[in-house]
Amino acid sequence: MYVAIVFLPALGALIAGTFRAQLGDRGSQLVTCGAMGLSMILGIVAFIDVALGGNTRTIELFDWISSGSMQASWALKFDTLTAVMVMVVTVVSTMVHVYSIGYMSHDPHKPRFMAYLSMFTFAMLMLVTADNLVQLFFGWEGVGLASYLLIGFWYHKPTANAAAIKAFVVNRVGDFGFALGIFGVYILFDTVSFDAIFAAAASKQEASITFLWWEANAITVLSILLFIGAMGKSAQLGLHTWLPDAMEGPTPVSALIHAATMVTAGVFMVARLSPLIEYSADALTVITFVGAATAFFAATVGLCQNDIKRVIAYSTCSQLGYMFFALGVSAYSAAIFHLMTHAFFKALLFLGAGSVIHAMSDEQDMRKMGGIWRKIPLTYSLMWIGSLALAGVPFFAGYYSKDLIIEAAFASGSAVGEFAFWMGITAAVLTAFYSWRLIIMTFHGKTRASDEVFSHVHESPKVMTIPLIVLAIGAIFSGWLGYDLFAGDARADFWGPALLVLEGHDTIEGAHHVPLWVKLCPIIAGVLGIGTAYWFYMLNPSIPGKLATTFRPIYLFLLNKWYFDELYDAVFVRPAMRIGRALWKGGDGAIIDGFGPDGISAVARVLAGRAGRLQTGYVYHYAFAMLIGVIGFVSWFVLV
Amino acid sequence: MGATSIPVMAPAAAEIFLAIAGMILLMAGVFRKSGSMAVVSWGAVVALILAAVLVLTHGGTSAEPVFFGMFSTGPFAQFAKLLVLAGSAIAIVMSLDYMKREGIDRFEFPVLVVLATLGMMMMVSANDLIGLYVGLELQSLSLYVIASIRRDSLRSTEAGLKYFVLGAISSGMLLYGSSMIYGFAGTTDFNGLAQVFSKLGDSGPAVGVIIGLVFVISGLAFKVSAVPFHMWTPDVYEGSPTPVTALFAIAPKVAAVALLLRVMIEPFGDLIAQWQQVIVLISIFSMVLGAFAAMVQTSIKRLMAYSSIGHMGFLLVGIAAGNESGVSGVLIYLFVYLFMNVGTFACILSMRQQGRYVEGIGDLSGLSKTHPMMAFALLIFLFSMAGIPPLAGFFGKWYVFMAAIESGLYALAIIGVLASVVGAFYYLRIIKIMYFDEADEPLDAEIGGEMRVVMLVTAAVTLLFFVLPAPIVATARAAASALMGG
Repeated sequence: MYVAIVFLPALGALIAGTFRAQLGDRGSQLVTCGAMGLSMILGIVAFIDVALGGNTRTIELFDWISSGSMQASWALKFDTLTAVMVMVVTVVSTMVHVYSIGYMSHDPHKPRFMAYLSMFTFAMLMLVTADNLVQLFFGWEGVGLASYLLIGFWYHKPTANAAAIKAFVVNRVGDFGFALGIFGVYILFDTVSFDAIFAAAASKQEASITFLWWEANAITVLSILLFIGAMGKSAQLGLHTWLPDAMEGPTPVSALIHAATMVTAGVFMVARLSPLIEYSADALTVITFVGAATAFFAATVGLCQNDIKRVIAYSTCSQLGYMFFALGVSAYSAAIFHLMTHAFFKALLFLGAGSVIHAMSDEQDMRKMGGIWRKIPLTYSLMWIGSLALAGVPFFAGYYSKDLIIEAAFASGSAVGEFAFWMGITAAVLTAFYSWRLIIMTFHGKTRASDEVFSHVHESPKVMTIPLIVLAIGAIFSGWLGYDLFAGDARADFWGPALLVLEGHDTIEGAHHVPLWVKLCPIIAGVLGIGTAYWFYMLNPSIPGKLATTFRPIYLFLLNKWYFDELYDAVFVRPAMRIGRALWKGGDGAIIDGFGPDGISAVARVLAGRAGRLQTGYVYHYAFAMLIGVIGFVSWFVLV
Repeated sequence: MGATSIPVMAPAAAEIFLAIAGMILLMAGVFRKSGSMAVVSWGAVVALILAAVLVLTHGGTSAEPVFFGMFSTGPFAQFAKLLVLAGSAIAIVMSLDYMKREGIDRFEFPVLVVLATLGMMMMVSANDLIGLYVGLELQSLSLYVIASIRRDSLRSTEAGLKYFVLGAISSGMLLYGSSMIYGFAGTTDFNGLAQVFSKLGDSGPAVGVIIGLVFVISGLAFKVSAVPFHMWTPDVYEGSPTPVTALFAIAPKVAAVALLLRVMIEPFGDLIAQWQQVIVLISIFSMVLGAFAAMVQTSIKRLMAYSSIGHMGFLLVGIAAGNESGVSGVLIYLFVYLFMNVGTFACILSMRQQGRYVEGIGDLSGLSKTHPMMAFALLIFLFSMAGIPPLAGFFGKWYVFMAAIESGLYALAIIGVLASVVGAFYYLRIIKIMYFDEADEPLDAEIGGEMRVVMLVTAAVTLLFFVLPAPIVATARAAASALMGG
């Protein structure tokens, strides 16, 4: 059963990809959705068995690499952490699969799309079930590849290609750190297996490692290197630039990337490695800081975006920041809890946005929407549910997990924890604000769409709305249901050895005992944000424009996403292109080709011509050559 | 064994049978009035097959040399003889259709092939410099005639004449070298020579022996068409009728390589420090020249000539290694070489335009569309000759290069690999022409039944060698260890 969970999507992808001509659109959709659905049911059963029943297990499939002390096998490790991830991934992915049937109904390449989706899911499942770092890396790269293929799915669009390449390249930067981290772990522990690493981690606390010319605590260095990998995949500040661009892919892909299969990989990886990272206070500080900064940064950028998907994309970036600073203050279970709730409401928001886009004849700019809520009431109410959950309004899913994170940051008591707390509160205000800005701009007011588009606005078909309803149920209830399990008093039994929190780091416990004002802060922040948005966009729509003109530099700064893309373009991309061009024209073209392939082939042609000309056809020439040969060899021996 | 008693015949049963069969076939051909070609040909094929059976039953044991130490058998000779017999038999089968179409279906051809094969078998079994020479001459004289079998064609007679004149010079060298060796070592017997050289002190062999050795190597290098004794090859390959070229490219090469290997290892095994230098040099020359000169050829037969020169260079790598894995590598390479070449020539012999045989490389353009199966078969052979895994040719090269590395000839192995890279160019060029160029004038659709079978079998062996290489590799290893031990 456990094997089937992971490999059913792979099978679906293989069948749909290989036999796409024979299966046709309908066949490939059935195969992939069927495989995913089965995988989802088994995933839920596995969750009940492993997480609730406590039957942790590792299933060895077969040896993969066996070379000296380097042992890596294909094995499926199912503990509570994996079980949670498997459930989230399979449920969200299945919903996305079903939704895609409707959303992609006009696309000519449906089988390819479905196959990629399933492959994406398979890679993610491989990642979360890995029992060693190498297998994790396999899934990690598989996810990267699938995301590349899906973001660039509409490969005839140059922007889609550019976005796909950007996602891949930025991820490679992170992967470089990750790979170095894996090498370092192998050097330090002489193994890549999680169980062996975690067992030895405590004894290596004091070990040091030389990184470049700098001697440092080994676990700190390795944790930070591994975290760089997580930053790439989870779009943390600095390596976040690919995530908004990834919107170029079809909307179901965005939902999958944001909710289930890609960006959560980094969060998962850090949580998985908690028994290692927990021993490095410095690494945890770095993680907290980066997470908090990302949460704030992305929320500010989200304020000014006009593309409906971009707003949600920055919100993901921001929410991932929350998860990371939760990890940084050792509230691993809170991070995973938020990951789960976020998966539901973010998938809901994205697919809802997709439904809007579908209704608006592929229009994504919110400035050209508005006033459509009566025409698509179901989508409208579902978007409300998603936004309420995102803004952390009480009793929706996000409320439980986000509050827990903010309280845990406060409870950590450290300086960086306090920084994270205030950043988290600020970001919460901003989150609520941009969520309602999105709702009001999209659904309310007078329509700004053309008459033709407006008259075509229609509710999406059932195949799209039913997944939305399922996700909405998750967005409403997952927080309430999960809170006791993930963060309640029995959390230690629930997580078992999957997460390690050292003595004195237990911020979840601390979070239950914070002062009242701390508990109220996030709620107030949410209400404040919603109220401001309502006032700005509903009651007094002239304010945003005035603000934008008054604080034009700040507005432009935010609109242009803090100029990260421009900065990277100037610092990395253009110099790299210049170096590349120089090496291409000068190094490769002139030197290597000149002396290498071109030069050698020119010489070869000359030589070949000469060799051919030796063949004169005259017997005496031939005899002469033979005799010269003999004389040459004889003199060689006589003289030398 | 007294000089007056009747010598032991059994080890030479196959050779004796073949000699008698050759004469019977000659008689049959002479006394049948017309249309005797087919009968004699099939008779020759049957005789070659029966000889192969006799080789299998009688030739496998490493008994004492018979006929006054002239003739020896053993697993090594057995392996080589089976390859030679197979090559000759297939060459006859492939010639049938061609000879008839070209109007040169003379019964002498199969008879001469049988006699040449007899000579090759004697070469392989020779245990004495004189025995070696006799076998070699029987083979050569038959081949000179075969080369000019189309006696009313200028090119064919020219080829035969060139081959004869240059062959005579090489025979002279061989004889001269043999006499030098006899003069300095006092014997022509392989075992005796080995004994003499094993007792050499620190002073090393006399200069006369070395000069004699160089001459012997030169004479034999002519037969394997190694550079710089290769000059006859392209002209003869091109001038001879194609089935004759196919024969030349296969059976005599196998025999000559086996002979060279045997002479180097058995009598002169202790002089490896000396002959290795020569073999390494001619190996490098052959590989490099084979690779470069083939590039500019337009006739596929000439190209095959340079290709075989290159292959001989690779085989010489294995000989130069001079160790057991070198010998087994050479035997495996020969096995693979036989199948690749037979297959390629089967394709060449199927190249006809409106009933006329053509041999330009350009005539193959668009072959993949007109003859997809034949194009695919040729693709397999060419890839295999270029040494692309997992085809058989890759393993041949791999084994000889491994042997060279084992005996520390790194430079030779590296040059060999580079030469095979260059060589890949002209093989790939043919593939490009077959698959990507448009046909001006398509080849005739009809391919003879024999050709189909030959192509199918050889392509299957070349393609699937890697699935089950164990029997061949094990046999070659056993043969090699018998040779090295003996």
